[in-house]
Amino acid sequence: MSEKKPALWLRIYTFLVYAYIYIPILILIIFSFNKQKLNIRWEGFTLQWYEKLFNDHQVLLATKNTLLIAVISTLVATVIGTMAALALQRYHFPGYAASETLMYIPIVIPEVVMGISLLAFFALIKFKLGLATITLSHIAFNIPFVTLVVRARLHGFDKSIEEASMDLGANELITFWRVTLPTIMPGVLSGAMLALTLSLDDYVITYFTAGPGSTTLPLRIFSMVRFTVTPEVNALSALWVAIVFVILLISEYAQRRRA
Amino acid sequence: MKKYRIATLFILVALLLVACGGQKASNVLNLYAWSEYVPQGLLDDFTAQTGIKVNYDTYSSNEELLAKLQAGASGYDLIIPSDYTVAIMIKQGMLEELDHSKIPNFVNIDNRFTNPDFDPGDKYTVPYQWGTTGLMYDKTKVPFEPTHWADLWDPAFANRLVALDDGREIIGVVLQTLGYDKNTVDQAQLEEAKQKLLELKPNIRLFDSDSPHTALLNGEAWAGITWNGDAALAFRENPDIVYICPQEGCGIWFDNLAIPKNAPHKDAALAFINYVLSPEASVMITEEFPYSSPNTAGLEYLKTYDAALYQSYMDFSGTNPSDDFLAHATPIRDVGDATTLYDRIWTEIKGEE
Amino acid sequence: MKTARVPDKTVRRFSLTKTLQESPVAQGLFLMGPTNTYLIVFMVIPLILVTVLSFLSRGTYGEVVYKFNLENYIRLFDTLYARILGYSLLVGFLTTLFSLVIGYPMAYYIARAPARQRSLLLFLILLPFWTNFIIRIYAWIMILRSEGFLNSFLQWAGIIHEPLNILYTPTAVLIGMVYEFLPFMVLPLYTSLEKIENAQLEAAADLGAPPWKAFLRVTLPLSVPGMIAGTILVFIPAMGMFVVPDLMGGAKTMLIGNVIRNQFLTARDWPFGAAASMLLMLLTMVFTLYYTRKAGFGEELLL
Repeated sequence: MSEKKPALWLRIYTFLVYAYIYIPILILIIFSFNKQKLNIRWEGFTLQWYEKLFNDHQVLLATKNTLLIAVISTLVATVIGTMAALALQRYHFPGYAASETLMYIPIVIPEVVMGISLLAFFALIKFKLGLATITLSHIAFNIPFVTLVVRARLHGFDKSIEEASMDLGANELITFWRVTLPTIMPGVLSGAMLALTLSLDDYVITYFTAGPGSTTLPLRIFSMVRFTVTPEVNALSALWVAIVFVILLISEYAQRRRA
Repeated sequence: MKKYRIATLFILVALLLVACGGQKASNVLNLYAWSEYVPQGLLDDFTAQTGIKVNYDTYSSNEELLAKLQAGASGYDLIIPSDYTVAIMIKQGMLEELDHSKIPNFVNIDNRFTNPDFDPGDKYTVPYQWGTTGLMYDKTKVPFEPTHWADLWDPAFANRLVALDDGREIIGVVLQTLGYDKNTVDQAQLEEAKQKLLELKPNIRLFDSDSPHTALLNGEAWAGITWNGDAALAFRENPDIVYICPQEGCGIWFDNLAIPKNAPHKDAALAFINYVLSPEASVMITEEFPYSSPNTAGLEYLKTYDAALYQSYMDFSGTNPSDDFLAHATPIRDVGDATTLYDRIWTEIKGEE
Repeated sequence: MKTARVPDKTVRRFSLTKTLQESPVAQGLFLMGPTNTYLIVFMVIPLILVTVLSFLSRGTYGEVVYKFNLENYIRLFDTLYARILGYSLLVGFLTTLFSLVIGYPMAYYIARAPARQRSLLLFLILLPFWTNFIIRIYAWIMILRSEGFLNSFLQWAGIIHEPLNILYTPTAVLIGMVYEFLPFMVLPLYTSLEKIENAQLEAAADLGAPPWKAFLRVTLPLSVPGMIAGTILVFIPAMGMFVVPDLMGGAKTMLIGNVIRNQFLTARDWPFGAAASMLLMLLTMVFTLYYTRKAGFGEELLL
């Protein structure tokens, strides 16, 4: 039986919410072509900010760092976080309550506190500040987000398919890989996407755990704000969105070809 | 599970590589300063002359700089703290003493700015830029042209003011309006200032320490309490913007180059300081950023290098305040234990419903 | 599922994989292990630092004085901070409520969309958040200010004659907060809703239930875990958030996040900031644990 098409009001509503989400983005993309520096009035079309962007080594370096940190911390956090979600949703073990509480600490702790105490910790163990320290910190706050989302997915998970799989002779590992994981994959991917997003935009914790030469995009942009954020930043964001969009379109097209 | 372990291992190895693959070159200078404060052209020129590559990391407030260094961060060679921050850092032994034999260009500095009270004998710092904090307004929008801070309390300014989001600065302005010292620790005076500030609150449309001039340029505010660089940026876009030091007094600040203790590349830092003090470098800074320069040789050089820029620098009260302006300007000083008192007042002001 | 085991005649050696395969407890510990290790190193040790710090004092120049005392906690016992905390709770609550109300139908739509489209739709929600936080908020300021897009449009359309005063008011703050937190509510909701089988809904329909009743009795309860996860992910950070209220509300209010930040960065009274953080953390931790347990997160373990 095919799925019923959702009601018209629901479709309109969803469209409106997407509009709410995208209107500011459209504005900032449009203003990346604005002659005026200040994002206040439209003064004419120009590509100068894109040009400036490609010549700005600082920003390019920061972008590279930001991406590297985001990807690595998301990968690690997703793996570890999914494991933890499985543990918490399906197993009894000594220290369960403590583990669960521990999990929530990165969510409840204020960022300034987390940033400063991580810095003090790294200083204490004489671990040089740099990309590594930032990544390690990002993993720490990403894990609970992944776990929480995957747990929501696991709740009410019907174990009978797993049992069926094992009845048919598959061991735990294969069952997990072939049965469990695909079923919880939407949760895992959602968690991963959330973690990636958090990492890309983090300021406070990154500020305190960054070292010389390991600046990230949020750090650069936040500190540019004093002197006015020029449309160069708009250009960067516009490019980013455009690139990801293109990748999406390509993968959609590829999927359609396959089907 | 094995697959996961291997994957995690790979990732950890990658992490380690990233960590160890950092800058190993000794021909490097780690600069840690405000963003948009040191021209890229200057850094490039320095690299061309000395072969030393400069890493330019940024912070967005003195307090962030302090917090990070106090919590244990190291690896930075050069920082640009403001006057009161320098005072705190010296008291906590956070700065290296400067070897003046390596910075002969120090003579270029205007001797109004040498031997400051926050660093007697110029032992730890060298002036970089300076400026003032005053009253900025759009003369076409305001109901009348203010000459005193007290004017801002007028109901005609209701919900039309922008103020720095800085407790010390704003409470300081109120203290000056009441005729008190802006660095007072007297509880009775501070209580009075608090009450007076509460009366001003309805006139304040927003607090903003990032870019107060934006509110003036886009029409949200008509007047504001801000620093000179910000007013200059507004003036560039709108010549109707006026920047003054009100009769009761205003503020003055100094940013300085300093070397944190145990900096890994001290010699490179000293070479950089000396380079920045040269007239050519000084002019590069003045060209790009609208603050006041403490470098007399630089300003002299600017006269011939770019006469038009020199003229506009001299004409604008933000970059070149008159003697009268300066006579009324008082700097912010650290107030030690009373800092928590000021913080409490600021919390109460904002926490008021 | 244990099969009967024949005792080995050879010496029993401890085998990790065998233990893992047979003992649920071992499996649980193994899965939880990496997280615990990681968090103990990177969270607990810093946390201990903060706890100790909260019992110390501030020196004259902002340094830490190592004298154990309860001054900071006593200072927190004040109507000023209670009011600030209350206001922060309100901000958190309203943000969560609106995110939930606005996000739920959207999550539902995506969960019901054809399988191929779902990832794309989700991704489209997150994509804007890969631009920079500050410029997103600045874009909102451009929209909401007196001479901004919204007011210009409404005046041009003749709907209003005077510009609406939205920017730098609580309304603007709410708009901004919900904007920033919507994905954190939609994503968990989606993962929960997506799981609900059509078969269950069809069964309800077969039994004569109208769509709205099926929704209330079947869909809604089954999406509770998603709502819980979403609430935690929104409420707690929202309560401590201050950047959006500062930028879009004109920084005219003091929230608990501001207080804590000011202690570390302006007043440089780290011990007091640590104490305020401990208080906040305790409150949110209690809330989280109570709420999740009550609503059944982890209830499978009781079966």
